Amino acid sequence: MGFLSIDNVTKSYGATEVLHRVDIDVEEGEFLVLVGPSGCGKSTLLNMIAGLEGITSGTIAINEKPMNGVHPSKRNIAMVFQSYALYPNMTVAQNITFGLEMHGTPKPERDEALAKVAELLQITPLLSRKPGQLSGGQRQRVAMGRALVRNPDVFLFDEPLSNLDAKLRVDMRTEIKKLHQRLGTTIVYVTHDQIEAMTLSTRIAVMNGGYVQQLGTPKEIYDNPANIFVASFMGSPSMNLIPAKLRVNGADAAVEIADSKGAPITLPVPADASNLAGRNGEEVLLGIRPEALTDPEGADRNANTVVQLSNVIDVTEPAGSDTFVTTTMGGCDVIGRMRADAEARPGELSELAMNMDKAVLFDPKTEDRIG
Amino acid sequence: MSIASSENAVSTNRVARTFVYLVLLLFALFYLLPLFIMLVNSVKPLSEITGGNMIAMPEVWTLDPWRAAWSSAQIGVEPTGLRPYFINSIIMAVPAVVLSTIFGALNGYVLTKWQFRGHNIVFGLLLFSCFIPFQIVLIPMAQSLGVLGLAGSTPGLILVHFVYGIGFTTLYFRNYYAAFPTELVRAAQIDGAGFFRIFWRILLPSSGPIIAVSFIWQFTNIWNDFLFGASFADADSQPMTVALNNLVSSSTGVKEYNVHFAGAIMAALPTLLVYIVAGRYFVRGLMAGSVKG
Repeated sequence: MGFLSIDNVTKSYGATEVLHRVDIDVEEGEFLVLVGPSGCGKSTLLNMIAGLEGITSGTIAINEKPMNGVHPSKRNIAMVFQSYALYPNMTVAQNITFGLEMHGTPKPERDEALAKVAELLQITPLLSRKPGQLSGGQRQRVAMGRALVRNPDVFLFDEPLSNLDAKLRVDMRTEIKKLHQRLGTTIVYVTHDQIEAMTLSTRIAVMNGGYVQQLGTPKEIYDNPANIFVASFMGSPSMNLIPAKLRVNGADAAVEIADSKGAPITLPVPADASNLAGRNGEEVLLGIRPEALTDPEGADRNANTVVQLSNVIDVTEPAGSDTFVTTTMGGCDVIGRMRADAEARPGELSELAMNMDKAVLFDPKTEDRIG
Repeated sequence: MSIASSENAVSTNRVARTFVYLVLLLFALFYLLPLFIMLVNSVKPLSEITGGNMIAMPEVWTLDPWRAAWSSAQIGVEPTGLRPYFINSIIMAVPAVVLSTIFGALNGYVLTKWQFRGHNIVFGLLLFSCFIPFQIVLIPMAQSLGVLGLAGSTPGLILVHFVYGIGFTTLYFRNYYAAFPTELVRAAQIDGAGFFRIFWRILLPSSGPIIAVSFIWQFTNIWNDFLFGASFADADSQPMTVALNNLVSSSTGVKEYNVHFAGAIMAALPTLLVYIVAGRYFVRGLMAGSVKG
């Protein structure tokens, strides 16, 4: 049992079940990110951990104590809201210490805790201001200060960066990560931004339609997606899914796809083919990340199986650090990521290297990973 | 060419604007005329009114009509002036306004931030009370006051106005708090604040404009009410409006128009004062929540 344990938890509104049997164990000091599109139930789950919404069935326990029916203020949690939810009529100092005041902490202790947190977040000069006089980034810090000052067991973040502009968001992301490394607290963080999920977390729970689609480390989620949803949701540009025909011959497997002219290409699948036996000739989807489809010079030298092929480039999009190219395989647009100075011109044939070590196969009917 | 046309544009603009202001000024004067006549005639001796022009400025300036209206004019059978009734009105209006505002705020808070099953029906019923004409409730209200032992007393009037005001004040506060971010309430809950603490520390300090609206609306309505005052008050608890009526419509003796004018102005002063003091919040409060930012 973990530090924060979510055991078989469901949530229903009337007859509609919006969260289905969620099981997540979070160890102390972990940074768990709940990620998914809007309406996937991630905020509902967070609110249930916070105690702002009831639990229909199952158990949520923090530090081995069941929290079902316990009032939010008695769970020893702190929450940072999307809108920051700073009390507009109070100064920054009053905002930060309001929780301590409500819990009856004496004034000298409150002041001490306030000074410590203000120094940590570098907001000491702002303490006598009202939230209305602060910038977005400063408000964000105050909201974090209000959470930190109570020294809670678990921090809950509800899309805390989505109100900031792009540059500030990246800065604050780094700062949240630094803070987590320094304080080693347990964090549950909700976002719809897969990059935030990848960069911040120690583990990710990808959610969709009220189900946890996959729970794992960022690397597991990225390299070994459990199904098509996870594969296409995580990563930008998202994973290419190419219609292919499976060829199984004993322990060897290969997929056959059509190139830009419609001619067949056979690609060996290095993964263990034992669970593919009996699927010979079936239609599958070949999943390949854009960075696994690149120019031959840019290909991963440590990869075992790199297939070189030439294909007509439809569009090139130079992004400065890389050049994204769009080509056609199996009748679909496929995006590759080349080095910035790779030679690729729209409408011309170009050499491409496909790293089959990173290739994954999905069953198009069940949408699950098969190899 | 372009210079000429721009000059043209400016000058038409000026002409149009002068015209608009002129019309506005005329209307303002027209609407202020009754007040002018009341003021002018309240400071002249009666002989000037009965013997001559009502619109003329006084030849002899005097405050005697004001003194008479305040402390010695015949109201009904007693020569008390309007003073005791003015005090009656204040004793009635202030608690009724304060109570209905507090309860409206609490209702609005519960209806938006502590929603329960059927909250919309409750709000609908409260809203419905805004549209019930006073006359319909006269008899049941009289019976209720009788049962409660509050008939013919100032507390009875306070109760009537308080109950009648809740519909309006609830409407104001509910709409104001609907735009108030619920995340603030949730944050305060996690911080450990309870129902009343959240209301008192988080919501009320941000409710200035809507409190002003509720205050002005309720005070104006309660102060100006005649029907409830005439129906439910006895001689000792009659409000200003009823007393003014008794002053003006007494059928014996000489009609002292100058005293009547002074009394009428006195009856109107408190609402004017409230509007001047809190009026700038009024429009702001009514608009609150309708426009983002």
